[in-house]
Amino acid sequence: MKDYNEEEVEELVKGILGGNRRALARAITYVENDYPEGKEILRRIHKNTGKAHIVGLTGFPGVGKSTIVSKLTQEFRKRGKTVGIVAVDPGSPFTGGALLGDRLRMDGFDVSRNLWIDPGVFFRSMSSRGRAGGLAAKTGDVVRLMDAYGFDIVFVETVGAGQSEVDIVEVADTSIVILMPEIGDDIQMNKAGILEIGDIYVVNKADLEGADKTVEWLKSMLKMGEELAKATELTHAAGGKMASGKVFSYETETGWKPPIIKTIADRGKGIKELADAIEKHYKYLKETCLLKERREMRVKRELFELVAEEIKKIIKARMDYGDIVQRVLNNEIDLHTAAEEIVKRLVGA
Amino acid sequence: MAEKKIRVLVAKVGLDGHDRGAKVVARFLRDAGFEVIYTGLHRTPEEVARAAVDEDVDVVGISLLSGAHMTLVPKVIKYIREFGGNPDEMLILVGGIIPTDEIPELKRMGVDEVFIPGTPIQKIVDYIKENVPKKKKKVRE
Repeated sequence: MKDYNEEEVEELVKGILGGNRRALARAITYVENDYPEGKEILRRIHKNTGKAHIVGLTGFPGVGKSTIVSKLTQEFRKRGKTVGIVAVDPGSPFTGGALLGDRLRMDGFDVSRNLWIDPGVFFRSMSSRGRAGGLAAKTGDVVRLMDAYGFDIVFVETVGAGQSEVDIVEVADTSIVILMPEIGDDIQMNKAGILEIGDIYVVNKADLEGADKTVEWLKSMLKMGEELAKATELTHAAGGKMASGKVFSYETETGWKPPIIKTIADRGKGIKELADAIEKHYKYLKETCLLKERREMRVKRELFELVAEEIKKIIKARMDYGDIVQRVLNNEIDLHTAAEEIVKRLVGA
Repeated sequence: MAEKKIRVLVAKVGLDGHDRGAKVVARFLRDAGFEVIYTGLHRTPEEVARAAVDEDVDVVGISLLSGAHMTLVPKVIKYIREFGGNPDEMLILVGGIIPTDEIPELKRMGVDEVFIPGTPIQKIVDYIKENVPKKKKKVRE
């Protein structure tokens, strides 16, 4: 027996593919709350996905992510593109509540184009629901709904990220890392994590003192990555045994040099340049087949996550492993051995 | 299946620059476990309605201290319908400086409840928790 309402699913799928905003809005709710209808809708719209350019924006709280999204939306609307936006804000791990305050940065006062009511723009706020990593668990699925609906560009704005929230690369084709002056010195710039993932770097609030210094540190960080990668390749070519020590660097791996763009977002400065860089990167991704590669990598990762979830569910619901737990408690076997035993039992079953 | 989270839009409509109250309510609703979307100041009824539909909220809370509620509130409801939403499926709440003799008229226009100054915030939370499930077909048992 079907666990979903066929009539409603059919109506929503038709609505999404036919440009009905409310159908999209309701489908997102079903997906976000893990209703069976949501799963069925995703199943049916899948063949209509893969057309949108998915652009991720991340950075520390308060660097101007939402403002930049608003200004970029204006810019891309001027260029004739339609825009979907998923903005994630943190949900409390304690109460489950959230204050979603990204929408209010959307430009409603430009009389020539009010983004709040522009039919070419769809904005959806999402709570991370206590998940770490910068995104909500269902962000990828919500992006797919917007993609199927037909937006040319989908912006994904992360939670104000710390140093290691890099989940955005699992969703976006183009990742933009936003910084501002006075957020740290060259050591901060060379720490692993968020500063490794940018296809484009933005130094916002560039009218503040120290902006040039931040740009310089960023530049030297990127350059160092490039040189290290080159050195590794040389050693490798000379027969050195550096293969496992391969330095991760998009520059040498893909030939793309991440640009650094200064913006003063609330005054619209640097936005055109940023929009140009986004378009250039997309063109580059397509020309080099990198788009296909990245998407393939993402599908694999997401798939493994989902499979792991399913397997966990199966183990919890259908397997009896109480005896193994007892043996751990009695100091007969250690946790790793116990895990192996459970897997053996599962595969054998 | 995950529990359906209650989504609340807290909106300031019109030429009213006072949002201390709205922010306090928004914060309290957050702590009560709701997902609260705040619109910021000076939104038009059209903008609020569009946000309510696109965000697929369960509750629309409109804060007004300007005295323009009899004009603006029905417009929000009208536009929700115009944008394809169903205001009958949402709880429409109004808060702020509302003369008590105008409350019955607001309710006739489609407002579910009005909360005037001095209302304990817990009362708003309880009202939402009690009435959202009654309103919505989409909230499952």
